[in-house]
Amino acid sequence: MGAIYIMWLREVKRYFRSKAQIIVSLGQPTLYLLALGFGFGPVFAKAGAGNYIQFLAPGVIGMTVLFSSIFSGMAMLWDRQFGFLKETLVAPVPRLHIILGRTLGGATVAILQGLLMLVVCLIAGFRPTYPHAPGTPGVLNWFALPEAAVFVALIAIVFAALGASIGSTIQDMQGFQVLMNFLVMPLFFLSGALFPLRNLGTVMTWVTHADPLAYGIDGLRGVLVGAWQLTYAAQFNFLLDAGILAVLAATFLGTSAWLFSRIQV
Amino acid sequence: MIQVENLSKTFDQFTAVRDISFQVDAGEIFAFLGPNGAGKTTTIKMLTTLLRPTTGRIHLDGFDPWVKQREARQRFGIVFQDPSLDNEQTAYENMELHGVLYHIPRKVRGERIEQLLRLFELWERRNDYVKTFSGGMKRRLEIARGFLHTPKILFLDEPTLGLDPQSRNQLWTHVKNLNESEKTTVFLTTHYMDEADRVAHRIAVMDHGAIVAIGTSGELKARTNTDSLEGAFLALTGTSLRDESANSTDNLRRFAQMWQKK
Repeated sequence: MGAIYIMWLREVKRYFRSKAQIIVSLGQPTLYLLALGFGFGPVFAKAGAGNYIQFLAPGVIGMTVLFSSIFSGMAMLWDRQFGFLKETLVAPVPRLHIILGRTLGGATVAILQGLLMLVVCLIAGFRPTYPHAPGTPGVLNWFALPEAAVFVALIAIVFAALGASIGSTIQDMQGFQVLMNFLVMPLFFLSGALFPLRNLGTVMTWVTHADPLAYGIDGLRGVLVGAWQLTYAAQFNFLLDAGILAVLAATFLGTSAWLFSRIQV
Repeated sequence: MIQVENLSKTFDQFTAVRDISFQVDAGEIFAFLGPNGAGKTTTIKMLTTLLRPTTGRIHLDGFDPWVKQREARQRFGIVFQDPSLDNEQTAYENMELHGVLYHIPRKVRGERIEQLLRLFELWERRNDYVKTFSGGMKRRLEIARGFLHTPKILFLDEPTLGLDPQSRNQLWTHVKNLNESEKTTVFLTTHYMDEADRVAHRIAVMDHGAIVAIGTSGELKARTNTDSLEGAFLALTGTSLRDESANSTDNLRRFAQMWQKK
């Protein structure tokens, strides 16, 4: 237990110590929110889809959590290069505890970042609302925020664990770049963070449904503005999305633990 | 304390360590010498559970590090060839983290950290980030950390690489003192013959993955009819060193390629 805690603490400490990093990493999602939100807003409204900021805000919150969590896992690459990884590899504790502590620490940081982004969205004019008839403004619903926190946490754990699996495998910067371009960006773009997933072509529908982040974004958007899109059984939307994410979280945690335990240097 | 029987490690077609056997007694300071690429670091990695041997048997204080991994790990400390500190944490936090990972009770932990940081003259800098430390200070911190959990065996893989003579001298004095006061068995590798001559009770010379000679400094000199350890070392490894220098670089390259592939 001590090992899990101390590895968790290391990640959280690192976060609070780089205050500049906290602001900088909110910069990109904020840019997406403002530039795309106000840029595409008129087109979105004209298409009869409502307020684009309302639609986009859950997407950029999910984006913040995705990037923060997946990079925390991949940061193992730095520990490998700067040598600290070896200190943890020879420690007389199960490697499962090491990787669990790291992953939970990375997830904690991602959750904090996601909640900060939620605040940014609120400042930008976003309001959590009940489902509404198209064209009419929804009813304010602050109780959606704790529900949203559930999805923020699930996204954080899923991708922190995926990042840790990747971090246990890649050895150099090239590998990192490749994964950035061919994994992280597609995960983000195909998640429905920026556009609705309804009425897409067959291929696009399949691809977006295969994106783990899609269920996180769908959950966030569902609880925050009542616009569930992925799952069609209205009463079970919350449980379905959350359930899928929980299964993925368990799978990735298991994978990362297995990969980490096999590291030889 | 350390028992190694017929240990070998093969990467693809390249044999880094071939069939070595040796024994290190409790409380002994044992030095591994050898030219670059001789297999010293590979041997240390196998001894410290970082690399799985291809064949052969290892016992650390009676435990096979691949069967009783946690027991074996609890019993040794290691200072790696390259730094393994967390630069983003302070010296004290690095020690604290190590103490938690090695199950040192909180009370003992605080006392022991203070004692070791004072001994290695780092106590005043305990709240500074490791990234602000000089190479010598980082090394001292790593060695202090290695002693923190009172290991029975301390592995030092070229601990003085890149240090000035003052730091080297001080470092070996500390290691010798702790070897005497805490009865820690020390297993070290180095390129500096004078260091090995000064601190090591017994020396093994390794070349091309095999042990070519083993004994006290005096025995090695007598065996090769030389008057210095350096002379003995060159007599044991010298001619082949020049012949095979291209070869060992090839091996290193093959090594590097392999890691990238994996």
